[in-house]
Amino acid sequence: MDIERTQKRRIRPDTLSAILMVGPVTLVMVLLVAIPLIYVAAMSFCSIDEFYNVTSDLTMDNYVRLMDADYMRIYARSLFIAFVTTILCILIGYPFSYIIARTKSRRKKVLYMLVIIPFWTNSLIRIYGWRSFLGTNGWLNSLIIALHITDGPIDMLYRNGTTILGMVYCLIPFMILPLYTAIEKLDASLLEASYDLGAHPARTFLEVILPLTSGGIFSGSLMVFIPCLGYFFVSDILGGGNSDMIGNLIERQFQSGNNWPLGAALSIVLILLTLILVKIYQRLGGDMDALGV
Amino acid sequence: MPWGYEAMMTRKEKNKRICMAIYCAVVYLFLFLPIAVIVVNSFNATNTKPYMSWKGFTFDWYVKLWSNGSLLEAFGTTVLLAVISTILSTMIGTLGAIGMYKYRFRGKTLIDGLLYIPVVIPEIVLGISLLTIFAKADIPRGMLTLVLAHVSFCIPFVIFNVRARLSGYDLSIEEASMDLGAGRLRTFFEITIPVLMPGITGGALLAFTLSIDDVIISYFVYGQTKTYPLKVMESVKSGVAPDVNALSTLILIVTAVFVVLTQGDLFHRKYTET
Amino acid sequence: MKNIVEIEGVNKIYGTNHVVRNMNLSVGEGEFLTLLGSSGCGKTTTLRMIAGFEEPTSGSIRVEGEPIEEKEPYERNVNTVFQSYALFPHKTIYDNIAYGLKMKKVPKAEIKERVAEMMEMVQLGGFEKRYPSQLSGGQKQRVAIARALINRPRVLLLDEPLGALDLKLRKQMQIELKRLQKKLNITFIYVTHDQEEALTMSDRIAVMHDGVIDQLGTPTEIYEHPATRFVATFIGETNTYDGCISSITDGVAVMTLENGIVSVACPDDFSILEYATVSVRPEKMRFSSSPVEGFGLQAQVKDYIYVGSVLKCIVSLPNGNELKIERLAGQELPPVGSRCYPYWIPSDAVLIHNESHYIFEALNDIRLA
Repeated sequence: MDIERTQKRRIRPDTLSAILMVGPVTLVMVLLVAIPLIYVAAMSFCSIDEFYNVTSDLTMDNYVRLMDADYMRIYARSLFIAFVTTILCILIGYPFSYIIARTKSRRKKVLYMLVIIPFWTNSLIRIYGWRSFLGTNGWLNSLIIALHITDGPIDMLYRNGTTILGMVYCLIPFMILPLYTAIEKLDASLLEASYDLGAHPARTFLEVILPLTSGGIFSGSLMVFIPCLGYFFVSDILGGGNSDMIGNLIERQFQSGNNWPLGAALSIVLILLTLILVKIYQRLGGDMDALGV
Repeated sequence: MPWGYEAMMTRKEKNKRICMAIYCAVVYLFLFLPIAVIVVNSFNATNTKPYMSWKGFTFDWYVKLWSNGSLLEAFGTTVLLAVISTILSTMIGTLGAIGMYKYRFRGKTLIDGLLYIPVVIPEIVLGISLLTIFAKADIPRGMLTLVLAHVSFCIPFVIFNVRARLSGYDLSIEEASMDLGAGRLRTFFEITIPVLMPGITGGALLAFTLSIDDVIISYFVYGQTKTYPLKVMESVKSGVAPDVNALSTLILIVTAVFVVLTQGDLFHRKYTET
Repeated sequence: MKNIVEIEGVNKIYGTNHVVRNMNLSVGEGEFLTLLGSSGCGKTTTLRMIAGFEEPTSGSIRVEGEPIEEKEPYERNVNTVFQSYALFPHKTIYDNIAYGLKMKKVPKAEIKERVAEMMEMVQLGGFEKRYPSQLSGGQKQRVAIARALINRPRVLLLDEPLGALDLKLRKQMQIELKRLQKKLNITFIYVTHDQEEALTMSDRIAVMHDGVIDQLGTPTEIYEHPATRFVATFIGETNTYDGCISSITDGVAVMTLENGIVSVACPDDFSILEYATVSVRPEKMRFSSSPVEGFGLQAQVKDYIYVGSVLKCIVSLPNGNELKIERLAGQELPPVGSRCYPYWIPSDAVLIHNESHYIFEALNDIRLA
């Protein structure tokens, strides 16, 4: 058999097109995602000299400093705010998504678009809108005073509560959209089957609807909880320094504080936290592809 | 739902529907409240920061906006940045998604894993990682670093959108095209791209939205090239200037008109998959 | 008849999987050739190598005398009808059918004329502006055929084109396809796992098994004279008996089986003491109430199954093996439970060499059981 002779082939055009197609994305992902993150990890073990320049003296100091009691308080607060924000997003978002996903109205698409449209105004500006609304001489206070509910203005800004409000506001669409998708996919005949088999609405919700839409809740929670830890401008504008989170700490090290290795170590903590949450998400049966669309 | 049916509904059913409508209205109010504040303030004739009480109607801020060169320039930068990074990330992402769907190669799982990073990791970490690497590589911060940063976090979203479309994609239609005499390139543009178009436009739209709205990542890599959100951030401490409200209102009107005009046609398909 | 496709010593290996083994096959001009076999036998791979979607690991394929290994699929003068139809979902029926001509840069007016003619031929007139998703399965099938045929290929490759249709539609399309092929005088190479389809449509059938062509012949040859045990059992129903040839007289061999002896017409290439297999179609089987000369099988009638024009009898041999016998309905038959003596006219039975290949397979079956 002359296998030898016919084995010599031209360079397969498929190889060429594979390189042309996958090459650019590989380059971008490696150069702009993988290498920078590895570099940050390396930097977290570096130290700084008296001029705040990063030096290559390896040290664990940055990680030791992370154990500082003040920092600990901020981590706890970050997790608390992120947790409350996630729970609120679920509680507000689930019934809402359920209603718009299962409406028989012809304007369903419009109702859906209305959730996305606020996104097209910059989030910073919208957060600033909240500040105008909640401030001591803001709209809400003017209304309260005009209605004689209280005598003077209530100081509503610069509390953990306002930060949470801002976070819920910024992140709730990330909860609503996956929930909407999950609920819309729900087959109506399953609910009918459940009713048919004698389960009343509350029971049907717990036994059928909730388990089948839990994928949406999980991916929504992940997409709310993690960004929440890093949205430093929300706690800046609405929390006014009283509700600093990990994001604010990192931002400060890289901008005003200028201690990059410490900021890098803080970022590594955030990365590890993210990895743990993603692992939990996968354990719960979460689909990674559901996060990006 | 026909009106006759509505009349037949029980009282209980009717109450339930009213409650649902009210609930939705409250959520929409929550979503649109700060936007309403911005719009109203853009017509508010007060000059005392932070413009909270109503001092009468005016168009002054819109007039003033035209003379605020740096704000308009920042806005221009944002649009230009969004357009460039949308085009780049859509091209790279679409090619990548198709390539990864069609071909097997070493390191594919690694790239796949890397794609999830920008999606799940907090933006601030991406921002500082890019900042440190640009500093290390001595790349002067400006438009270039902004574009690189935006492309890197937009690509995964484009890929996931195209990939969702690819999941129902039958590779044999490409073979059919080649079988009928079309070369590889011709097949790519005549068959592959048009069939995946809904996924590609969806991805591009998402990339554009993410780029336009991004504050955190840009914040770390902008150098002297301020984008519009950064310009806003800068003025937040002192109170946003009213012409920013005016510009935001204008942007809102343009996007609203765009949405109404397309009315979902953007996602509308002439044909449906079976 | 001139050969239009010649496959010579072709092998296809994926990793450790030898999908097509040293295949040699010539297809004549205007012929309807079917590659028949169960899934995984290499029939689709063979088709894809001719189309150019796969490269042979070794060997050569010639179309019209020209080797085509170096040609891309779009440079080959063959067209394919895909199993999934592979219609372009974003193009209208008209544009789908016109695609090949557009690629060849045929003038617009001519494209229009030829598409109209082709649509008429496959009875799709009036569907020009529709999209594939708006058509039924049968209509999509016609579009797929029209799209391939409009290029006037020398060879049309069809990969289980009727697999997704329901039985009635499939029967109808079989006749239409055959009519179309005769009318256009194009060579068809047709892949299917449906033996009935193959028998109905083909000029010749290549029965494939494990990457090898077991038998190549006309439907009659394949059915009446299966060359291997696989062919005999794969095509139509049959009864097989394994045994040893104990004597040969006047072209009739007497074989000793586990349950007795049988007589069978014996071609020259069999010899005494050879282990062989006898295959007898149910409609060729007979049974008698008394022993017949040359046969020593004793059986018991187990069941009758009425299937319209014929009656299927199941009889069982002492070792538990069941035989199928077909009789015309309305004949007088022994009652269920009674003893009978199956036999046949020796020339109605086919003697098949017992290849070691199958002995191994049989051993494997035993081991697995």
